Amino acid sequence: MNESITLNYDVDSSDFTRAGEASSNVKRTLKLMDVDPEIVRRVAISLYEGEINMVIHSYGGEIKVIITPDEIEMVLRDKGPGIEDTELAMKAGYSTAPDNIRSLGFGAGMGLPNMKRYSDDLKIESKVGVGTTVRMKVYIS
Amino acid sequence: MLLGSFIDSISEFEILNKGNDLDREVTVPYCCDLLSIAMGRMPQGAAWVTVMANTNALAVASLAEAACIILAEGSNLDGSDIAKAKEKGITVLRSELPVFDCALLIYRRLHD
Repeated sequence: MNESITLNYDVDSSDFTRAGEASSNVKRTLKLMDVDPEIVRRVAISLYEGEINMVIHSYGGEIKVIITPDEIEMVLRDKGPGIEDTELAMKAGYSTAPDNIRSLGFGAGMGLPNMKRYSDDLKIESKVGVGTTVRMKVYIS
Repeated sequence: MLLGSFIDSISEFEILNKGNDLDREVTVPYCCDLLSIAMGRMPQGAAWVTVMANTNALAVASLAEAACIILAEGSNLDGSDIAKAKEKGITVLRSELPVFDCALLIYRRLHD
């Protein structure tokens, strides 16, 4: 594989029936490309956490995944509402998920910590009232 | 133990769906209901015991490479989620037993 592959997905707010579709699709693609299973697992976990965050917290947005021979880059861009305190949001156990989301098994406050743990590089840019962009990279080599 | 033999060896669990990866190894029982913790910590090939019977649990099992899900405490999938488990080829079992009892049964089956 010498060229890069770009995959694009739309994520709807509050649509739990489709949540995880982007992650499943990326996982399937990477498996077909014979990427190391541990790398595939790390990408799948990081991306699913990001995708679920968009479904729970955002007004919707889009995910772009760029696969090159050296790395997998995931860019998750939403249309708001933005994160007030990014540092606090990164803290394990901190969650703003409402009760109906908690009853689905989410809201442990481990989403962002998992994304940090399983990706090699995580950058969050957020502006309240505008939106959040999360960039994650997992290096292949 | 391979997943196919594992399923056949535990008659206490009802089979909701036999997945399409029955030759994979079942490594260890794993218990957790919070999906992000399960997602981040579950070992590959785990027999995942949870009460969380919904479409998100199926996604987590698939993405984190669980060997199968065991729904404990009488929890159950609804029709559309059973269809999803079939579509994704995820093995799902269920039991009226508490989480610990399910995990203990699995542990004994894997180690006896």
